[in-house]
Amino acid sequence: MSLLHLAIISPLLLALLVPIFYRYFRQIHTGWFLLPLPILLFIYFLQFISHTKNGEVITETAPWIPSFGVDFAVRIDGLGLLFALLITGIGSLVVLYSVYYLSKEHEKLNTFYIYLLLFMTAMLGVVLSDNLIVLYAFWELTSFSSFLLIGYWYHRERSRYGAQKSMIITVLGGLSMLGGILLLHIMTGTFNISEIILQSGDIVNHVLFIPAMLCFLLGAFTKSAQFPFHIWLPDAMEAPTPVSAYLHSATMVKAGIYLVARMTPVFAHDGIWIWLVAGFGIVTLFWGSFSAVKQTDLKGILAFSTVSQLGMIMSLLGIGAAALHYPQLDDSFYTVATTAAVFHLVNHATFKGSLFMVAGIIDHETGTRDIRRLGGLMNFMPITFTLAIIGTFSMAGIPPFNGFLSKEMFFTGMVRVLEMDIFNLETWGFLFPVIAWIASVFTFIYSMVLLFKTFTGKHQPDKLPKTPHEAPIGLLISPIILASLVIVFGFFPNILSHNIISPAMESILPGLLVEGQAFDVHIYFWHGFTVELFMTIGVIALGTLLYFTYPKWSRVYGIFTERFSLNRAYDSLIENSQTGSYNFTKTYMNGSIRTYLVYIFSFFVFILSVSLVAKNAFVYDTSNVSQIRIYEIIIVLIMAIASVTILFAKSRLTAIILLGAVGYSVALFFVVFRAPDLALTQLVIETVSVALFLLCFYHLPKKRHEERMSFKLTNLLISIAVGAVFTLIALSAHSSKFFEPISQYYVENTYEKAAGKNMVNVILVDFRGFDTLFEICVLGIAALGIYAMIKLRMTRGKEG
Amino acid sequence: MEILMAFTIGILFMSATYLMLSKSLLRIIIGTGLLSHGAHLLLLTMAGLKRGAPPLLGEEAASYADPLPQALILTAIVISFGVTSFFLVLAYRAYQELGTDNMDRLRGTEGND
Repeated sequence: MSLLHLAIISPLLLALLVPIFYRYFRQIHTGWFLLPLPILLFIYFLQFISHTKNGEVITETAPWIPSFGVDFAVRIDGLGLLFALLITGIGSLVVLYSVYYLSKEHEKLNTFYIYLLLFMTAMLGVVLSDNLIVLYAFWELTSFSSFLLIGYWYHRERSRYGAQKSMIITVLGGLSMLGGILLLHIMTGTFNISEIILQSGDIVNHVLFIPAMLCFLLGAFTKSAQFPFHIWLPDAMEAPTPVSAYLHSATMVKAGIYLVARMTPVFAHDGIWIWLVAGFGIVTLFWGSFSAVKQTDLKGILAFSTVSQLGMIMSLLGIGAAALHYPQLDDSFYTVATTAAVFHLVNHATFKGSLFMVAGIIDHETGTRDIRRLGGLMNFMPITFTLAIIGTFSMAGIPPFNGFLSKEMFFTGMVRVLEMDIFNLETWGFLFPVIAWIASVFTFIYSMVLLFKTFTGKHQPDKLPKTPHEAPIGLLISPIILASLVIVFGFFPNILSHNIISPAMESILPGLLVEGQAFDVHIYFWHGFTVELFMTIGVIALGTLLYFTYPKWSRVYGIFTERFSLNRAYDSLIENSQTGSYNFTKTYMNGSIRTYLVYIFSFFVFILSVSLVAKNAFVYDTSNVSQIRIYEIIIVLIMAIASVTILFAKSRLTAIILLGAVGYSVALFFVVFRAPDLALTQLVIETVSVALFLLCFYHLPKKRHEERMSFKLTNLLISIAVGAVFTLIALSAHSSKFFEPISQYYVENTYEKAAGKNMVNVILVDFRGFDTLFEICVLGIAALGIYAMIKLRMTRGKEG
Repeated sequence: MEILMAFTIGILFMSATYLMLSKSLLRIIIGTGLLSHGAHLLLLTMAGLKRGAPPLLGEEAASYADPLPQALILTAIVISFGVTSFFLVLAYRAYQELGTDNMDRLRGTEGND
């Protein structure tokens, strides 16, 4: 355990104390007690920048399950540090915001903060673990704590639905990722990410390579809400707004991005990775921005916007991975996409976090988030309005904010796909810039909708539950900090480039650099009159046009929603699997014991006859048989006739007597085959059993007439088959004897060692006395059980 | 003789199975009785039915019947007797409480299964 390990689990440890704060310091909002921790962690992680800037990597290992190669290995490199800073930094702001957002009188703050701290630990663990199993453990903890946070207002039906949906989808991906981890372990023999990366060149042709890649991608896509798994994210908006801002815009949904970035050095040697990551990303980008325009809920717009921006980062990571296939790295020509991905990751966290907080403020101060009821808030909430301008303009990619810079670089990355000539990118690669441009137009439209429908236009006081007014300063601090970061990163992007972006790129694209070299990251406002600039101008022009003509083309959405409703597909999948399994169970579990016996007997017959045939096990040998005598035939006949006649007996009394006849002929067999003790026991026991049967018969409910057993062909066939299988096995077993019996020992030693002459009795009480002991137990238990059944008469009414 | 016994045992098992698939509880228990008879005879037959003296040393014979399966069967007889009697009393109590011995009517209800 090092300080680093302690830093990761410190939120978990603090969570243990939360109930104490909540219980004994009711006057103070519980959030204040938490706030110092993420700030301290943020400062703690900041100091690592000086190390990672020079390409240093800090590793610490604490043993967990050494015998399986699972250690709590922590590794701080550029990528992990970037995420750790995001998690702790935005975490601090979100805690501060939640202090003002959640009322200490009406909310259960203890559970909220425990879940939030749980999530913080989980997320730090995901991004800093070097061991895949540890990463997976933290990964599932993020799903779990997110589930708890979405369902925080558990009395609402929509919250429970959203929590369940996100749980099902993300856990599906998590389990698939576990499969991928195990496949990687089979190929490389280690769970350590840095060791796996070293072997990535060797495993690329392994037969399990593609399955492992697909497993990992499913995990990453479900977590990061990529098409078509994005459907859980809009429903997760039922969570309290601080949660949406933290989990569903800045951190958790980027866990999938993190995973893709982390695994790029392992999997990107194959073109399939590039196509899948970039392809799914670009589709998600388009679909998210397209769907966001039609939303009427502020958080709904932001949710689809998050989906879309995550798709953008994902596609950039996919395109950026192609740089690994170009050995010459004289300029940053092919790596610009990766730069853009990392840069936009930071930007998105800043402006999306602030926008969620703005949406929360509007909800908090007006009582609704529906843009059809909002409008004209500009005059009531000037500060919030300013924050919203900064956030939405940055999201739309308008200068001078940081979103503009990353959008330009995004276009650059996409346009440079046209220059690539690997993995068929020269054939279909042109689609990337085209779709990217169209999606950006929609991004522009929904950003404008978000801003102007809320803050400009006519104020409708009668539709609002509360009178709008500016938010208290406490609620505004966090979004103000984030919005100032948007501006700072907009004007001075290069404070990030050497400290944060370049080290992170080194983690994503290792091996491209020679010793001492660093990625040359320079972000400028002005490139000159390049194609990206014209694309941006086009986006703004067409976006403005479409924004003003929206009522004319909004019918487009009517067609799409009906036809491509993924939510409906999900719901019917869940419902069909439930009814399907219910019906399936209902068919074969019908509650009748006869049916179950039919299953059991048929399976018995099937498995034995098939294995007799398959193993060629049937042997028939008559050399070892004893002679048949005439009285034995008579007994056999009696027995066979008696047992078959039972089946035809009309009265049950006849059946009982015939069973007795079979029992006594068994006793006769024991006499014939030289077993005097058996014959004695059999006679006595058969007598007592028949007496018991008669007792039972005597107490039967009186019926008017007794009926013969009804005939069923299936029953007959099954019983004949069972009898035949037993006969065959008996014949086969008798005909193949592999060794002599051990009974000669008993014959020789019964008198010498055990001082008895009756061998059977000596075996029962001396050589194998334990059998007898427990057989006595069985009889004792049966007797006690019978006694209890007769004596204890607890009916439902008398109970308790 | 062993061949003949194999077929006899097959018949016993056949009747037992048929009875166990029936609807009446009493017939099912009769079926289990037949099944245990079949199993005991199978044990005896599989050990070989060679002629020899009963396994008593006082007989002074050259060869004895195998004593080990006999001991096993004796144990099995007693155990199956214990189980059968338990089942019979269970059936008797079921008649008393539920008033039927038809297995099709002895089912959990919708809310109680």
